[in-house]
Amino acid sequence: MSTTIHVTVNGKQHTSEVEPRLLLSHYLRDVLRLTGTHIGCDTSSCGACTIHLDGKAVKSCTLLAVQADGAHITTIEGMAQGGALHPLQVGFQEEHGLQCGFCTPGMIMVAADLLDRNAQPSETEIREALEGNFCRCTGYQNIVKSIQHAADIINKKEVVS
Amino acid sequence: MTKLIGQSVKRVEDKRFITGQGQYTDDIVLPGMTYAYILRSPYAHATIKSIDTAAARAMEGVVAVFTGEDIAKAGINGVPTGWQVNFKSGETMKEPPHPLLVADRVKHVGDSLAVVIAESREIAKDAADLIEIDYDVLEAVWNPADAIAADAPQVHEGAPNNICFDWELGNPKAEVDAALAGAHHVTSLDLVNQRMIPNPIEPRSAIGHFESSHDRYTLYTTSQNPHLTRLLMCAFVLGLPEHKVRVVAPDVGGGFGSKIFHYTEEALVIWASGKLGRPVKWTADRSECFTTDAHGRDHVTKAEMGFDKEGNILGLRVKTYANLGAYLSTFAPCVPTWLHGTLLQGVYTTPKINVDVTGVFTHTNAVDAYRGAGRPEATYLLERLLDTAALEMGMDPAELRLQNMIQPFDGVSQPGYMTQVALQYDSGNYQATLHRGLEMVGYEQFRQEQAEARKAGRYLGIGFSTYIEACGIAPSAVVGALGARAGLYEVGQVRVQPTGKVSVFTGAHSHGQGHETTFAQIVADTLGIGMGDVEIIHGDSESVAFGMGTYGSRSLAVGGSAIMKSLDKILEKGAKIAAHKLEAAVEDLDFAEGKWTVKGTDKSIGFGDVALTAYVPHNYPQGVEPGLDFSSFYDPANFTYPFGTHIAIVEVDPQTGKVDLKRFIAVDDVGNVINPMIVEGQIHGGLAQGIGQAMFEGALYDDGGNLINGSYMDYTMPRADDLPSFEVDRLVTPCPHNPLGVKGAGEAGAIGSTPAVVNAVMDALSPLGIFNPSMPMTPESIWRTING
Amino acid sequence: MIPASFSYHKANSVQEALGMLQQHGGDAKLLAGGHSLIPAMKLRLNQPSTLIDIRHIAELQTISVAGDHVVIGAGVTHHQIATNAHIHAHAPILAEAAEWIGDVQVRNMGTLGGSLAHADPAADWPAVMIASHASIEMQSASGSRTVGADDFFLGFFETALQEDEIITAIKIPVAGAHTGSAYKKFMQPASRYAIVGCAVVLTHENGKCTAASIGMTGVSEFAYREKAIEDALVGKELTPENIKHAASLAAKDVTLMSDHFASVPYRKHLASVYAERALVAAAGL
Ligand SMILES: Cc1cc2nc3c(=O)[nH]c(=O)nc-3n(C[C@H](O)[C@H](O)[C@H](O)COP(=O)(O)OP(=O)(O)OC[C@H]3O[C@@H](n4cnc5c(N)ncnc54)[C@H](O)[C@@H]3O)c2cc1C
Ligand code: FES
Ligand code: FES
Repeated sequence: MSTTIHVTVNGKQHTSEVEPRLLLSHYLRDVLRLTGTHIGCDTSSCGACTIHLDGKAVKSCTLLAVQADGAHITTIEGMAQGGALHPLQVGFQEEHGLQCGFCTPGMIMVAADLLDRNAQPSETEIREALEGNFCRCTGYQNIVKSIQHAADIINKKEVVS
Repeated sequence: MTKLIGQSVKRVEDKRFITGQGQYTDDIVLPGMTYAYILRSPYAHATIKSIDTAAARAMEGVVAVFTGEDIAKAGINGVPTGWQVNFKSGETMKEPPHPLLVADRVKHVGDSLAVVIAESREIAKDAADLIEIDYDVLEAVWNPADAIAADAPQVHEGAPNNICFDWELGNPKAEVDAALAGAHHVTSLDLVNQRMIPNPIEPRSAIGHFESSHDRYTLYTTSQNPHLTRLLMCAFVLGLPEHKVRVVAPDVGGGFGSKIFHYTEEALVIWASGKLGRPVKWTADRSECFTTDAHGRDHVTKAEMGFDKEGNILGLRVKTYANLGAYLSTFAPCVPTWLHGTLLQGVYTTPKINVDVTGVFTHTNAVDAYRGAGRPEATYLLERLLDTAALEMGMDPAELRLQNMIQPFDGVSQPGYMTQVALQYDSGNYQATLHRGLEMVGYEQFRQEQAEARKAGRYLGIGFSTYIEACGIAPSAVVGALGARAGLYEVGQVRVQPTGKVSVFTGAHSHGQGHETTFAQIVADTLGIGMGDVEIIHGDSESVAFGMGTYGSRSLAVGGSAIMKSLDKILEKGAKIAAHKLEAAVEDLDFAEGKWTVKGTDKSIGFGDVALTAYVPHNYPQGVEPGLDFSSFYDPANFTYPFGTHIAIVEVDPQTGKVDLKRFIAVDDVGNVINPMIVEGQIHGGLAQGIGQAMFEGALYDDGGNLINGSYMDYTMPRADDLPSFEVDRLVTPCPHNPLGVKGAGEAGAIGSTPAVVNAVMDALSPLGIFNPSMPMTPESIWRTING
Repeated sequence: MIPASFSYHKANSVQEALGMLQQHGGDAKLLAGGHSLIPAMKLRLNQPSTLIDIRHIAELQTISVAGDHVVIGAGVTHHQIATNAHIHAHAPILAEAAEWIGDVQVRNMGTLGGSLAHADPAADWPAVMIASHASIEMQSASGSRTVGADDFFLGFFETALQEDEIITAIKIPVAGAHTGSAYKKFMQPASRYAIVGCAVVLTHENGKCTAASIGMTGVSEFAYREKAIEDALVGKELTPENIKHAASLAAKDVTLMSDHFASVPYRKHLASVYAERALVAAAGL
């Protein structure tokens, strides 16, 4: 009872036979061995599994792999480009936006969605954009700072270029 | 070279986490791996009449199914606790068995009944759905105060009235009774420090891997203390030879105390792997975490404090029923006693203190350390008493505190402060943090704003908490006498490689605390080398000699000090080699910036050259062994005592009861600081958890002992938009008794913050009356408080 | 958390989906955003034998203005509604309410049609649909029909939708002049669904209320119209006092839900408070 899917993950094409019930989060972790996408809950609440599906942040634990057939997916492993860290990755390191690191991939992916929509978010806008992501370690304050840091990097770059 | 100690050096561990390359237990896949699914009790209390696994066994892809009967037949002991607290009478505490799989009677929702091991996670789950169990459901009890009633359902046969132990500390009760009887004013509070669910975002996971080629077992596990897990599992549960068992705690996604416990699942996957000859992986679903992770807190307390006319504290009497859950976790007996009763002096000069604690079994998850462990419970009751007393007596809460505080002492020229409850504080300047907090909050201005807001029908409030905690767990001699079954020292090994690069092995375990950075800063500074030349290795019993793990804010104070001891030995031996090479006496050498220099000359030799010489000892001092590698055990002389002032400002919407936390100020004194960025991060995280307890979190049970809010749809985790930006500052009173002068910062935020928020709500509502808000302060609970 | 097994079919048109529904019968379920269905399947609370994926059907994805209605395809996501220019211009309460649903990841997947079909008693859209006089278009192999929001929500997770029907579109009357609207929500703090969600669309002239439409969710077993409040307001001046009085009539004749976040009396009280807040905002006071 398996179905063939074609997906592009971090720019690479994959064709896989999957059981329809396979969750996208399990597909990424177990089949493609992209274990940067984490699973922290079973109620679609924590956001640790956040990835981009055709450019939008989604919770990969609440999608079936078959739903992603034909889609372009970006995971945390695909954020650094040509050896250069994504501004959000830089921001998280610079501002101590992570402790245990378990929520971090999801945080970075949801923040990237935010910065795509809103290049200069306020603190309130950032905190609201994180409402689908739990962090138990940082108290969120440095995550907010990390995202602001990334926004600054991105905006400066745009001014320069 | 700029000093690294004291600098906010960026974390070296971040790189793997921000790129998705971290390796957590569930990320590990081994060849031939099987998957375990554990079938758990849906009832809090029931006898098992029958269990039928035939259909599950028959399913294609199922490798094995084991039940409690198999475990009993194999003669496997249950998991033990790590502490013993005896009855006041001297009788040994009750320590009922905690089997890996239950055969006869389940004692909490989530108790394990059977394990299905299959070729895939899907098959294991599908097969488990086919197991049929016939239960006889029994009455359950979840509240510790109810559990001691004569007619309460009994959790264990050998523990009458569900009492595990009773325990007392401090001055004789009669003296305290007398002090309160003679008091001008007594503030009395009935408090529930509700059950908290730690909820690290990484669910627990364990992989057992038996290799018959070497008769060797490896356990990968989400643990804060891999060595302790190995010791307990080998010596008490499975009877395995410790040298044939390796325990690895790779990257761990947060712990907060809930990953200290040596859990049944760890022993189960190791045992099953041995039986099957294949690796066995188990990873908890979040729902499973809710019903099987160790929980925290859960005290029911009556606390009374007596004052004279001027507001001086005369005495404190505390009676607590501490819920231990159905089984004893690793630290269970210690948390409500030695980590709680001993902190009831607070930062005050209270002359008479008596605390009485009854440890109680109930049909609930095991209770263990949760960030702060015992100390938040102590701080909560003390600080709630102080603000309540101030309101009742018409005094200012800050003034009342200042008046009763222990005077500053540095622990060097002035002695430590002996408390009424068995501790000697190391050093403190409690007033300073309060003064700084008042300054940051703009206290006088706030009181004016508050007065105006009240006129406009708005309810603004301020709450204080001036906490102290005991960290750096723990001096072996002290805790051994108290009932610990192991000494809580730490191991630090420093191995200088021939090229002068340094590998450091620590028994502490980092699951977010940033040891790979902080410890490297210490080593690099001490040896005068770059941080890039230092690697910190932790979490693997194969490479690290031994270790007690990370909890109780102990890593830096104890683990860091062990590394310092080894560094001293490295430098002492290095100096001998350097002296030989420089043809000078050891006494004539100075060590600075990574080289030994003959005093008053420019003759010197670098650390790297000395390292190479140690391993290529052609030209070498007589009687000195080759090599440059030292290991040390550091057993602290005392606990460390961080302290601080937390202040919350809230506004309550009287229409809905919703509390808006507007500001939160934290001034903490955690002694010397190696990396301020990391310390601040620890404080932030602790604050979010402490505020979470005050406002959002807490386990709820129904009469049958079912956890009502066992999912994120019902258990409120603090989110980014629930919290304000914290305003934090630090003062420094060094610890006088460890080489780094550090005290520990992992728990401070969670200890100080909770009562400050509750006190602020009490203050906000004070025009309507003096209330004792219960936690969590949900909108409905506050609305009911206001509306009677 | 692993769903039980099922077979999966992707439909490319409404016709195709209807054919599949017929072919697979009662145990088949439509899969839109999956953000109600998949969580339930993971917990094995729901075990359909067949899923028919309608997320890629282009005809369900459009938002347009046709005459005096805004027409929203059933497959439009919450996020698209929150950011669509037509909606902001002609049905602003939908844009406002969409932002209150779940989190950004949920809004990127969840659909309007899916939410209405699911009819969670604590979902946001039902109240908004009632307040905005929406009509719901449904299609089956035997034809199509339209049901007004007032007649669509029938009970606890129960609607007028039949098993062989697909919701295709939702039609919202364009907001006229002198119309104000607001959605106010008191969230269950853990799930962030509504404990009380009150949607208000008011028409007023010279300070006087000429029409009021109020939908309430979270309070009872299904979303409903607050008729008593509407009646108390129409023809009255929109003063704080009149609003307060009208709002006090909230949740008068319904069976109230209760849970550990909000008991019956508290929920009832909140319904009044949130009705008042939504009315004040819609009236622009
Ligand atoms: C974490 C989380 C938080 C959430 N918070 C909120 C919230 O605050 N407020 C809120 O309102 N909702 C909330 N939701 C629910 C969310 O809005 C869902 O997306 C929505 O309820 C269902 O839409 P869907 O497209 O995902 O439907 P699906 O899950 O795909 O389907 C739901 C049901 O509707 C049926 N169905 C779907 N489309 C059609 C159609 N066109 N015709 C007929 N039947 C159809 C399906 O067969 C299924 O029975 C939350 C969900 C999650 C996971
Ligand atoms: S794992 Fe997807 S939201 Fe928690
Ligand atoms: S860093 Fe640990 S959960 Fe966020």
